[in-house]
Amino acid sequence: MTRIMAQVGMVMNLDKCIGCHTCSVTCKQTWTNRRGVEYVWFNNVETRPGQGYPRRYEDQERWKGGWQLNRRGALRLKSGGRLKRLASIFSNPKLPGLDDYYEPWTYDYDTLISAPPMDTVPVARPKSMITGKDMEIRWGANWDDDLGGATENGHKDPMLKGIEDQVSFEFEKAFMFYLPRICEHCLNPSCVASCPSGAMYKRSEDGIVLVDQDMCRGWRMCVSGCPYKKVYFNHRTGKAEKCTLCYPRIEVGQPTVCSETCVGRLRYLGLFLYDADKVLAAASVENEQDLYEAQLDLLLDPNDPDVIEQARRDGIAEDWIEAAQKSPVYALAKKYRLALPLHPEYRTMPMVWYIPPLSPVVDALANTGHDAEDQGILFAAIEAMRIPIGYLANLMTAGDVAVVDGVLRRLAAMRSYMRDINLGRDPDESIAQSVGLEGEDLYEMYRLLAIAKYEHRYVIPAAHREAAEALEETPGCSLDYDGGPGMQGAHVDRKGPIPVSIESFHLAKQRASADQHAGLPEAGGER
Amino acid sequence: MTAIQTLVWIVLPYVCVVAFVVGMVWRYRFDKYGWTTRSSQMYESRLLRIGSPLFHFGILMALGGHVIGLLIPEGWTSAVGISEQLYHVVAVTLGVIAAVMVVVGLVILIYRRRTVGRVFTVTTRMDKLMYVMLGAVVLIGAFNTIAINLLNITGAYPGGYNYRETVSVWFRSLFVFNPDANGMTAAPVSFQVHAVLAMLLFAIIPFTRLVHIFSAPVGYLSRPYVVYRSRDPQNAAQAPRRGWERIGS
Repeated sequence: MTRIMAQVGMVMNLDKCIGCHTCSVTCKQTWTNRRGVEYVWFNNVETRPGQGYPRRYEDQERWKGGWQLNRRGALRLKSGGRLKRLASIFSNPKLPGLDDYYEPWTYDYDTLISAPPMDTVPVARPKSMITGKDMEIRWGANWDDDLGGATENGHKDPMLKGIEDQVSFEFEKAFMFYLPRICEHCLNPSCVASCPSGAMYKRSEDGIVLVDQDMCRGWRMCVSGCPYKKVYFNHRTGKAEKCTLCYPRIEVGQPTVCSETCVGRLRYLGLFLYDADKVLAAASVENEQDLYEAQLDLLLDPNDPDVIEQARRDGIAEDWIEAAQKSPVYALAKKYRLALPLHPEYRTMPMVWYIPPLSPVVDALANTGHDAEDQGILFAAIEAMRIPIGYLANLMTAGDVAVVDGVLRRLAAMRSYMRDINLGRDPDESIAQSVGLEGEDLYEMYRLLAIAKYEHRYVIPAAHREAAEALEETPGCSLDYDGGPGMQGAHVDRKGPIPVSIESFHLAKQRASADQHAGLPEAGGER
Repeated sequence: MTAIQTLVWIVLPYVCVVAFVVGMVWRYRFDKYGWTTRSSQMYESRLLRIGSPLFHFGILMALGGHVIGLLIPEGWTSAVGISEQLYHVVAVTLGVIAAVMVVVGLVILIYRRRTVGRVFTVTTRMDKLMYVMLGAVVLIGAFNTIAINLLNITGAYPGGYNYRETVSVWFRSLFVFNPDANGMTAAPVSFQVHAVLAMLLFAIIPFTRLVHIFSAPVGYLSRPYVVYRSRDPQNAAQAPRRGWERIGS
């Protein structure tokens, strides 16, 4: 028996990430430009190899995030059982301190214009945003950006464990890539499981993991429980906050802010249909390197008639099933097996997937004067260059090099295959066959990865229509609640804050292309 | 009985109970968003790791002691064969341990709050008032346990003061709405002061961070690990309540 649920998932194509931090900045402007979350980046971009943010968050021997199997093979939180968690509630032993993130600061810009005439140039001193006092800047959210300081700090990356001797931080031999990170909106979220108050939950409609701000009591166990350290503690309000996957935007069919503003267009958003009853079993697979396959097995084929039938029975709307069939994330993760989960060994079943970058290999080849698009040379290089592949495997497959190797080969095959087409030569079908695909598949991959049209990258169905009407364009005044000052009716002008979303992509589009005037109330004109 | 005594031992308790109950209902109804421990562990954890568990486990012990000492009549414990002598020895032993834990813990926590710059900057006026009240209640309570019941420094109560014949009688009489102030007026001054301050402390609890006492997450032990919740479209149309600060604030 299966129970099908829908999950909004994301895929990031790391080959395209140029490390511009636009996603981080727009996310911060949208969500965390408030007091108490100055140090918080729901979205951050790390240079790898590097320590990440907060520092060395991947060292689970220290932070005890995520799940592990106990001696009897049952899935338990790595930080211990429920009683142990309640017993340590008065002082959470595994909570990162502000200095593990960084002390946020601003500059005393006013001095620059208000300083009296003097012999020296006035200086804008850094001021701590916590204490307001002068401070010395010693660390930041992306201190090791672009391998900065790698000669000194590079070896502190926990993912170098086991391959230390193979990774060099000498300038000529160094490799790097960028890893943008948001909340993984896991199928088996350990933050939710850690919350003593039951304030954290996974939405049953779309799988987005949220914190109920009214129920959170500030025990901070979610911060420790999340192995990705993507739940943050607002130190002014005393409540946990996290990436919301921009749910007000997702609900009306818009991509998240980080996706929308991504310069490299590397993010994909779409639906997965998965078997909710099998999540626990999948997360309890004994061998860590089998977790990736187990996670893939959870994702159901949305074109399978049985799956469609069951999805309908489980209350998933037609438009959602349709969206799942067109889902780019399903195609990239399962159909073409290009996207890999970040740290499957944490057993949380993360739902933000990554296409490992081929570029370190291509760069190295190009630098040595080789033709980086020749299939033979590329394949040989992928095999020879164990350095980045071993590292990528530590990040994405619990160390299983063969899986990463397969992904990179498919990406390399796509490059070589498409070059023939672009140069007007006959495509070489043997390239496709060498990675077990058809030429058509490679072309589809190319359409999705290289052309990457907006409507192909983001296939987001609006929230359930009948319920969604309350969310979107109905002019429900925010003062319209029972007995509220606005309860006279729907025709009052909208005053005060607009709830949740301010615009609906789908409805705006519908309105623009409709034959007849939609007859929207006047309040709509304000937007 | 003087008017003052009536006021303090008969009127004040009910005033404080009303303030406490009404305050808690109000806080729960209108400020769930502000209902939190407001932990400062992010700023500083070295001192907190020692001070906080000491204080909290100590205060839980003290709470248990108060429940037993105040609510269970002496006649009941005698009936099951616990002599006053034995009761006193056990109560004083555990009480002294709890008192030391609470006082040491609180001293560490207050020292931390004052000296660690980051922690001090987020300390509100209400916090300060709460610390003064809590500190006074705790210190005088510890004094009662250690100086009077254990060491008998005043010499008035050799073998310890049997509060169960006076204070406890008054305390229980409040709950049956037949308040009997005689027990309290007969008690030593330090016990009287402790009781008054404790009543005042209860009256201000709803308006301080101490509300977190009432969100002890015992439900965690029995609920499933992963919580699913359905999106509630009703919420969207409601007037915004107190929540995240608006941007630019």
